[in-house]
Amino acid sequence: MSKSRENILNYLRKQRSSVSESPDVYLPVHNWSQQEKTSRFIECMQAVRSEVHQLKDGDWISWLNKELPERNLHNVLVGQNETGEKFCQQATSSLKVQQYEKHIELWKHELFQKIDVGITTTRGGIAETGSLILWPDNDEPRLMSLVPPVHIALLEAGHLYETFAQAIHEQNWSSQMPTNALLISGPSKTADIEQTLAYGIHGPKQLIVLILG
Amino acid sequence: MNQTEAFSQRIDKALHNEQARKNFRTTMSGLMSKRAEQFPDNEELQQIRDQARAIRSHSLTNLPDLLEKLERQLVKNGIQVHWAETAEQANEIIYQILKTAKAKSLVKGKSMVSEETEMNHYLEKRGIEVLESDLGEFIIQLAHEPPSHIVAPAIHKNRQEVAELFHKFFPELGYTEDIDKMTLMARQILREKFEKADAGISGVNFAVAETGTLCLVENEGNGRLSTTSPNIHIAITGIEKVVEKLSDIPPLLSILTRSATGQPVTTYFNMISRPRQSGEKDGPQAVHLVLLDNRRSRIRMDEELLDTLRCIRCGACINHCPVYVQLGGHAYGTVYPGPIGTVLEPQRMGLDKIGTLTSACSMCGACGEVCPVRIPLPKLINRLRAESVNAERSDAQIQGKGSLRKLTEMNGWKIWKIIYSNALFYKGFCWFATRFRFITPPGISAWTNYRTAPKPAARSLSELARQEGFEDE
Repeated sequence: MSKSRENILNYLRKQRSSVSESPDVYLPVHNWSQQEKTSRFIECMQAVRSEVHQLKDGDWISWLNKELPERNLHNVLVGQNETGEKFCQQATSSLKVQQYEKHIELWKHELFQKIDVGITTTRGGIAETGSLILWPDNDEPRLMSLVPPVHIALLEAGHLYETFAQAIHEQNWSSQMPTNALLISGPSKTADIEQTLAYGIHGPKQLIVLILG
Repeated sequence: MNQTEAFSQRIDKALHNEQARKNFRTTMSGLMSKRAEQFPDNEELQQIRDQARAIRSHSLTNLPDLLEKLERQLVKNGIQVHWAETAEQANEIIYQILKTAKAKSLVKGKSMVSEETEMNHYLEKRGIEVLESDLGEFIIQLAHEPPSHIVAPAIHKNRQEVAELFHKFFPELGYTEDIDKMTLMARQILREKFEKADAGISGVNFAVAETGTLCLVENEGNGRLSTTSPNIHIAITGIEKVVEKLSDIPPLLSILTRSATGQPVTTYFNMISRPRQSGEKDGPQAVHLVLLDNRRSRIRMDEELLDTLRCIRCGACINHCPVYVQLGGHAYGTVYPGPIGTVLEPQRMGLDKIGTLTSACSMCGACGEVCPVRIPLPKLINRLRAESVNAERSDAQIQGKGSLRKLTEMNGWKIWKIIYSNALFYKGFCWFATRFRFITPPGISAWTNYRTAPKPAARSLSELARQEGFEDE
């Protein structure tokens, strides 16, 4: 079908061959303080029914050890990174914690059927829209934040950006795009029946954000 | 039946469907107010519209270069790129990919371009199971209906109709009209499919040339599942969707979601740049992109009509259209309804096929006012009207130009021109029309179906003015 390629490109080139300059980068600035960024982030997240908790840096493990059993979330999936290792070692005995260590082909059914909650780190957050930035990798694969019915995300308070544009700019995304980059701004939802909002259609039914620090 | 009669019949049918009309009215007014709430600061709105327009115009001006750049970058990233001039070619490319991989089942994220190519039909005929996974698309696939709105495809159905559909196809799940419960039912039905499907299909909202990245905007997570769970991901998009830089994305994303559904951002923004790399444990091992022309390169030839291709498919023009809100999407009989459909579809399919859509516009201007990329939709509709009757000669590459030109209408306007450009004729005509007003016909075809026939006044304005003492100058 490379003939199609030539035909399309030739046709597109038939037209006047004018060239335009790229528009300037759109980089609105709010000048929010750390506190303002955090409040805005929490407000946006809660508006779409996400749960947000602010914890002191090391408290997330004890929070999970207390909350997960209470919420009947026993089958826990974590990554193979430092965070995952740590929780594996310190998780309370009533939880069945496993790391995402096998290729998906070897345990897809189990992931879809048996896991109650996936816990991931994040690369940061966006205050303006209440979004988490995730760059899944070898240690924290893509389906962790998608297939389990509950997703718990750890967010460092210091990694909040005002806007998406700012995050792309300051983290220099364009020179190092990963296989998959994600913005996650709440639990899965739909309004396809009578424009009535309903949560938990295909992705996680619940999103819990733990802001650390 | 000619296209105008067929359109009239569809309009008639739509106007008699009280339930669907009620659904459209409620939904559209909801979407309009949600959009308005997202733009409290008019200055910011106008600024970001300018920015979005500039980005999209820049893409179209440099389209061939950007497409080549996109291809180079995607190939470098390990994504396979295919080019299709027609819908048929695109379908065949996708079928061959699936056949080679021995893929039998397919889950789809929402894709309007695949509606345009009627891909489902093509693949199903060749023995491949195709399942729509967006809730709205899933509903209308069960009902064997086309989408009635590009963002909310099943909006013509109310909850009872959806409940009956679900019950008919999945009686084991029980009957409910509760929207939350129906949503969970759909989750349950589709989960298994996501787990087992051999391949996933998606559309593309933006394709970034600089980094070779395919961007998808969604709320449900079905787009992420379709592009992550199966071992093959095939994305299909129109050639106009490319943008140059990653930094072009934030303003486009922001104005897209705010204009479409009045959300500051959707639940998921999914950026895909590669298939699964060594060491990664999930994600598809093969990613394909099908770039479809389907007359877009022809539309781009005309300096004015080119603006059609700036569209980012938010649907705001549809939500604000007083004609759409009365008719709904099915009356248009095309894949894309509303103002953008009225502009795009006759250019894609030919004025001789569907040019009559351009008559379904009151020139109120609402669509042009809300368009996030400032497409002058009313102006383009007017232009297509002119093209459809050959009112002015142009080089535009549209099929069926002049196909709606009618001899009676043409002669009528010729006579009008003669009378109105000659003082003596005009005076004579006024005298005749006022003195013999009793012979004006009581019914003038379609015009008087819903209106009373106009009758000339007893005296013309200039006569009355003269009586009042005004003098001719």
